[in-house]
Order: sequence, then C-alpha cells, then structure tokens
Amino acid sequence: MAMTLENGSRVAIIGGGPAGSLCAYFLLTFARRMEMDLAVDIFEPRDFGQPGPGGCNMCGGIVSESLVQALAVEGIELPANVVQRGIDSYVLHTDETAVRIDTPLHERRIAAVHRGGGPRDVSEVTFGGIDGHLMALAQELGAKVVRTRVREVDWQEGLPRVSHGKSSQTYDLLVGAFGVNSAGGQLLEQLGFKDKGPTTTKAYITELNLGHEVINQYFGSSMHVFLLNIPRLDFAAIVPKGEFVTVCLLGRDIDRELVDAFFESQAVKDCFPPSYSPQEGACHCSPRINIREADRPFMDRVVLVGDGGATRLYKDGIGAAYRTAKAAALTAVFSGVSAQDFQKHYLPAYRSIAHDNRYGLVTFAVVHEIKRVRPLIRGTVRMTAREQARSGNTRSMSMVLWDMFTGSSPYRDIFFRTLAPGFVGRLTWESALSLWGNGRKNGAGDARRIAG
Amino acid sequence: MQEGSLGKEYADREVVCRQGEPGDRMYVVQAGRLEVLREEGDGEVLVGELAKGDVFGEMAIFDRQPRSATVRAKGNARVLTLDRRGFLRRVHEDPSLAFQILERMSLRIRSLNAEVVKLKHLSPPEPQRK
Repeated sequence: MAMTLENGSRVAIIGGGPAGSLCAYFLLTFARRMEMDLAVDIFEPRDFGQPGPGGCNMCGGIVSESLVQALAVEGIELPANVVQRGIDSYVLHTDETAVRIDTPLHERRIAAVHRGGGPRDVSEVTFGGIDGHLMALAQELGAKVVRTRVREVDWQEGLPRVSHGKSSQTYDLLVGAFGVNSAGGQLLEQLGFKDKGPTTTKAYITELNLGHEVINQYFGSSMHVFLLNIPRLDFAAIVPKGEFVTVCLLGRDIDRELVDAFFESQAVKDCFPPSYSPQEGACHCSPRINIREADRPFMDRVVLVGDGGATRLYKDGIGAAYRTAKAAALTAVFSGVSAQDFQKHYLPAYRSIAHDNRYGLVTFAVVHEIKRVRPLIRGTVRMTAREQARSGNTRSMSMVLWDMFTGSSPYRDIFFRTLAPGFVGRLTWESALSLWGNGRKNGAGDARRIAG
Repeated sequence: MQEGSLGKEYADREVVCRQGEPGDRMYVVQAGRLEVLREEGDGEVLVGELAKGDVFGEMAIFDRQPRSATVRAKGNARVLTLDRRGFLRRVHEDPSLAFQILERMSLRIRSLNAEVVKLKHLSPPEPQRK
C-alpha cells in the first residue's frame, strides 16, 4: 500500500484543540492546492461553546505576537468576538517597582483569548473561544467533527483503525492532537507507540471576575508580568480578558502555598483595588504542562502534533501547536505518511522547538538568579525605564523582556542577545547605579498609572 | 476601538505608509477600507482600494525598493503591522507561508493585465508610419 495520501484518502485527528483543528485546516488547504479530495474526521468530545471546565482546554490563553502575525498572513483572522482583549503593552512588576513596556507602534499585537466558552461564571458566552473558532474554520473547509470519545485504536491490514461507540473506521493517517492533559497517549500505546511521552509539571491558572470597569482602571490593555523572589515560581502573569483577568503561574509543581505567597505579595496586591480580596470559588485549574518533548513523535501513518508531542517551554503553546500541525500537514500532503517522511520533513520543525527549549531553560534559570540579587533586578528595571523614556533609542532590554514574556522570539535569539557586550555593560552599569538609587516602592496609584 | 480588536486604528484620511519612503514592514487590513494612491506630479491617482484581509506593503519587503504608493484610510480603518525581519525569518523557516502572498500577487497581476488591455482600447491609436 502506498505511503502517500491520494484522492479520497481518509485522515483521523484525535483531539480538536488548536493543534487538531489547525492540522485539519492545513491538510485540507494543501490538498485543495493539489486538487486532491481528502476526508478529515476530527474526534473531539468537548463542546467549546460551553463555559467552565466542560469546554476548556486549560491554558493561559495568549496568542503571541508572532502567531497573530503568522495567522494574518495565512489568512486566518482572529475576530473581536474571539479576542477578549488586544494587548498593546506589558507591565513588569518586581518586588520593589513596576515598569511599562509598549509595543513599537503602540499597536495591539497580542491576543488574549479564552480556550472554551470562558470561565464557569461568565455572564455571556461568546463564540467558544479560540478552540471553537479554529474548529469552525476547519469545518468550513470540509472537516467533519465527530463529537465522541475514541474508545480504541488498533491496526487493520496495515491501516490505523479508530473505534468509538459501536462504529470502527480505518484511516490512511492518524494524527494525535490530544494534549498532555488527556489519556490520548495511552490510546497510541495500543498502536505500538513506544514513546514514554512528554515530561510534565503542574501550572496554576485562575480566572477572576473583576468587571470591565476595574479591569480598565487597574490593568488596561497590558499583560502584567511578575518577577518576584518566590522560590519555585518561574513566571507569573495577569492577563485582562473581558470582565475577567486570567492569573497564570508557571514553575516547578505549583501548589497552594505558592499560590498564596503570590497573592499575598505586595507587588500583586498593588495591582488590585485596595478593597479587593481573592474570591473563593473562582474558576481555577492546575493543568499539567509539557516541559520536555516526547522523543519520537511519529511512526508509519501516525504523527503527534501539539503539546502531546513538543511545545514551547512556558510560552506560546498555541504557536507550537500551529507550527507542528502545519509541518505535519505539509509532510503528509506533499511527501508522504511513512515514518521516513516524518523523520525527514516533520522532525526538523519538531526538533527546532525542542532544541530552543534548552535555551529557554537556561534563560529562565538566569532570570531566577537575577530575581534573587536585588541590584541586578533593580538594574534591569532601570535599564528598561530609561529605554522607555527615550523614544527611538536602542531598546535592547525592553525587547529581550518583551520577547521573553510574550513568546515572540525563539529563546535562542533572546539568549544570544543578552550575551552582547553592550547589553552586559549597560546592565552592569545600571545595576551599579541602583546601589545608590532609592528603592522606593510604587503604591497602588503608581501601578494604576503605569497600567493606564 | 473594541477591547478585542487587534492592530492599530487609523482615522479617516490618515496615512499608513507614504510613497517613496523605505519599506521596512508590511500590513494586513483588519477592518475598514483604505485607498491606494499614486502621487504623480502635484496630483494623486487612485490606483486601488483595500478591505479586510488584504495584505499591502509586501512588495517593498521582497524587492527592497521604496514604497510604490501611498496608502490612506478611507473612513476609520484598523491595520496590523508585520515587521520585515520577523516576516522574512518566518518565510525562510516555512517557505509555504509565501504561497499566500504569491497567490494574492498573481491575482493582482491578472487584474493589472486587464487594466492594461482596457487602457489600450481607450487610448487613441498610435499614428501609423508609412
């Protein structure tokens, strides 16, 4: 049997999140270019129109600057009813102060989105968030969504077979697009997939209902990023979305104690209205996140895309889903569906994400150390503030922080930019100056002004 | 501007990019309409109109020539900017991304060809040499 997709070939995609829907979208787009008719079935039991856990794929919900731009070129628009807030800046909070960094053209370049229909106490369900939107695009091109859980997968005369309910069907290609938080990996073991799967850790995400007015006043269209000296916490962000803010904590096995330490820190308290106290019962989750890729994401007629395989460390998971889904679709349509085809054409894209994460790990380790050394963190903030005050100047620190926190550039790029002698010299100089500077703490009023 | 909008808002008649300027970015229209104007002598000639989903400014990214025309908002418009370096890096990583641009460029050449034919029919015949 030919290891290529032909007119009338069938593809099964298990999982209808961004990776699955984008893979369907690109398979059908490329097939159309080749004047080939493909039947694509997406197996997804969730209804992304539903608020709360039933429709949510548990993630921070940020579409990075680079992904917004790539999708725009692909002709994939993110309409205003999917984007809960266009982000035009971020505010970096440290234990002592805060500094605001704007996009070069004061443009809204990052999309804050909900994954499903929104948090469980959302007052108005929009279009089903980013997952629902991308799935609808795949459906417009002819993908069929099968709203059921896959019971079993096995081989039938050399073809993968998918069984659900009482029906079974063989396919020419099976795409595993289930995330790390599903049991999809066990399904693939039934096919003889030997990989032990990705390594994961726990994150913490909560959605706080503050209302539009408070959000406009205290958070604006900024993503708020925290570099706090809290052990095990690598990264924390508060992202405004409609009447909610999403609080996202990343690090090594985030637990209750760490979450409490975050909300009790002065820098975080200053972001909220003085009368605010954390709500009991707010929508929250502790999803597993992929921190090290699965080793071998394919075999003959089977390929893994999205974070069930590799994703970008901490940031831009949806961007990694886009890159792996598209690379798998390109391979399947233009080359073939054998393990060799995936090895030759899919693995390089997959590996580039995985290799970049090694630089990401080092970068986050360095940030961890910087957070502990007060003059260095002060120097970082001073250097950024100085760059922001002088327009048109080199903005090396601002861009390093921007790219790192928004997931807009490969970690490798960021890493090498920080090694430039000029960069190191300026940071050293500003850090030395900060030893004489005052360590005045910004109050809530200052945080508000910065968010403006 | 709605909270969920992306890109930058331009007011009526506000210029997004100007003919003759260096082109270090390209644009994707998110909402509204824009006019493409060619400045000739003291006047300007309307050469086209852009709407949601249209890409412009990509020629300067590929041929490194100054902007060939001025683009101005016609009513309120919203436009997303793509930086030259970032775009080129992505195209080199994933050349298939350029297919979308090629497809649009080829459609534009087709319509330009049709315009040329129309103009030839309109203009008086050249004097015949004996």
